[in-house]
Amino acid sequence: MNVVKTALSTVAVAAAMFAGTAQAQDDMRIALVVKALGIGFFEAAAKGAEEAAAEIGGVEVIYTGPTDTTAEGQIEVINALIAQRVDAIAISANDTDALVPALKKAMDRGITVISWDSGVAEGGRQMHLNPSSNPLIGNMIIKLAADHMPDGGDVAVLSATATATNQNIWIEEMNKVLPNYPGINVVATVYGDDLSDKSYREATGLMQTYPDLKAIIAPTSVGIVAAAQAVVDAGKVGEVNVTGLGLPSEMAGAIESGASQSFAIWNPIDLGYAATYISHQLASGAAEAAPGSEISMGRIGSVTLDETNSGAMADPFVYDSSNIDEFKSIF
Amino acid sequence: MSTATHHHVPDRLNGPLHRTVRSWESLLLAVAVAIFVMNSFASPYFLDAWNLSDATFNFTEKAMIAFAMALLITSGEIDLSVASIIALSSTAMGAAAEAGLGMPGIVAVGLVTGLACGAFNGALVAGLGLPSIVVTIGTMSLFRGISYIVLGDQAYTSYPPSFAVFGQGYVGWVITVEMVLFVLFAVIFGVVLHKTNFGRAVLAIGNNATGALFSGIRVRRVKFILFLLTGVMAAVASVCLTSRLGSTRPSIAFGWELEVVTMVVLGGVNILGGSGSIPGVVIAAFVMGLVTFGLGLLNVPGIVMSIFIGLLLIGVIALPRIWFQLQIMRGK
Repeated sequence: MNVVKTALSTVAVAAAMFAGTAQAQDDMRIALVVKALGIGFFEAAAKGAEEAAAEIGGVEVIYTGPTDTTAEGQIEVINALIAQRVDAIAISANDTDALVPALKKAMDRGITVISWDSGVAEGGRQMHLNPSSNPLIGNMIIKLAADHMPDGGDVAVLSATATATNQNIWIEEMNKVLPNYPGINVVATVYGDDLSDKSYREATGLMQTYPDLKAIIAPTSVGIVAAAQAVVDAGKVGEVNVTGLGLPSEMAGAIESGASQSFAIWNPIDLGYAATYISHQLASGAAEAAPGSEISMGRIGSVTLDETNSGAMADPFVYDSSNIDEFKSIF
Repeated sequence: MSTATHHHVPDRLNGPLHRTVRSWESLLLAVAVAIFVMNSFASPYFLDAWNLSDATFNFTEKAMIAFAMALLITSGEIDLSVASIIALSSTAMGAAAEAGLGMPGIVAVGLVTGLACGAFNGALVAGLGLPSIVVTIGTMSLFRGISYIVLGDQAYTSYPPSFAVFGQGYVGWVITVEMVLFVLFAVIFGVVLHKTNFGRAVLAIGNNATGALFSGIRVRRVKFILFLLTGVMAAVASVCLTSRLGSTRPSIAFGWELEVVTMVVLGGVNILGGSGSIPGVVIAAFVMGLVTFGLGLLNVPGIVMSIFIGLLLIGVIALPRIWFQLQIMRGK
């Protein structure tokens, strides 16, 4: 009797295990490949990917990446994923070009490939998801300043170097939408060269030159921290609001002291969520990656692809006293 | 250099050393087979011709350098600049491709660059008598530094389609061009080390350079040739890797020198010189390739793989030593 019982339960367990395996095999497997493991930004993206997987259902997320941020390491990871016949690879690339042959091979074997955050050249992916776009960033940085200036007033820009491509484009985009914010005057643009001490001196100089200054916009993570410190040291907390683009871990102090009301940067959780959602849409055939096509990103909305099959996810995410504690430990 | 090994004649055909080398290779082969079997059970995707073929890319390029490095280490020297030679050679090839050279021209430029780097190392070590570890730590920064100056944050991507054959080509079914090169160079270096006068000279120098010199072996010339060979093999690896990536960045093959040295030492080559075998290095290459690929299939994070390789290395180095000590203690 005992023997029969044991045999039966063994069979039952084996059957359950087999069913379990079969179930797992039916799940769509989406690999979220990051630049390197152990980086807070990407760990947060993985959290977003899991959120998307739970929401869609029947999706298994494989969060993986090399130990060092090398293209060779990512290729070894890609080869292992091709071997496992995953359904989709969503990658933040260590090298725009070097990954193309390996990812082409993945696509040849029927795997959906998209890049996100840090892109792959066109031949190596079906589409690329940018965290945001230059117009959205340009608009966000002036909006952040205007939101805390109901009566309008003077603002100044503290940029990186005078030749920094990204910052110059963002400032240009900001100037384009300036007429939408009546009463806001951009009085000066100064350059801190992404050096803490120079940025600090430039910010101090701005407050001395323009005593009525209401806000300093720093679209650089170095400049924004230095400007916040300069405001604190000048005793102008509450008078001058520092805003722009910064990292939550570095800006937590400025939010706490009140030198900065709010600032923005991409939200890695949303990015991982969107990359996973899009991968599922493409791999399941619900959407197609082609210029002009619109692909759903679940709770975030949808992305429209341009002629290079790239799209922007959303406005930069705003961080203030309500959420800084949650994010400051992430990145 | 421990005095214990001095007593052994560095000839494969002779007594105790021969047996040790043989048992080392057997041990390593057993490890390789065990890993192969474990991988087959651990992942349903492991036993697949195409997957195993893809997996060979994890080690073929590094192994080609390891063959030359095995000879160099056997002679008592080392070259830590090999990964930087890959970078410089790849940068030179990228510039050649940009200038419009065809596939044979690009490869020639790459190989000549490797040869020149090897000659530079060789001249400093064999010519001036400087310690190779110091010289090649210097050239490690120098060669890659030149690549960074030339390329900065840019990349060379204009390789002709025919250049892709080395790193992406197949000679038939799942047999890649790189695998053929791997086998070819394994045979060549195996014959050179174990069957030629040159190979005997390398072993003799590694055991006792002064003794070798007084035996009429041109020690400096042999060492210079070994550095040339290592430079050329790094360039061959550079051709394959550049072709596989289809592009060049100055960070290419970053950190490979330690993986190559690991492969050589795991293969049973005495890090202090004097003994070593090419079959051992071949098996070590397979062991490292199988471990990284097998753990990759299980999506084990890379850092765990590094720990595993590290433990494996310490294990195979320490075990014979511990065994040796036990023998001595038992003898007393």
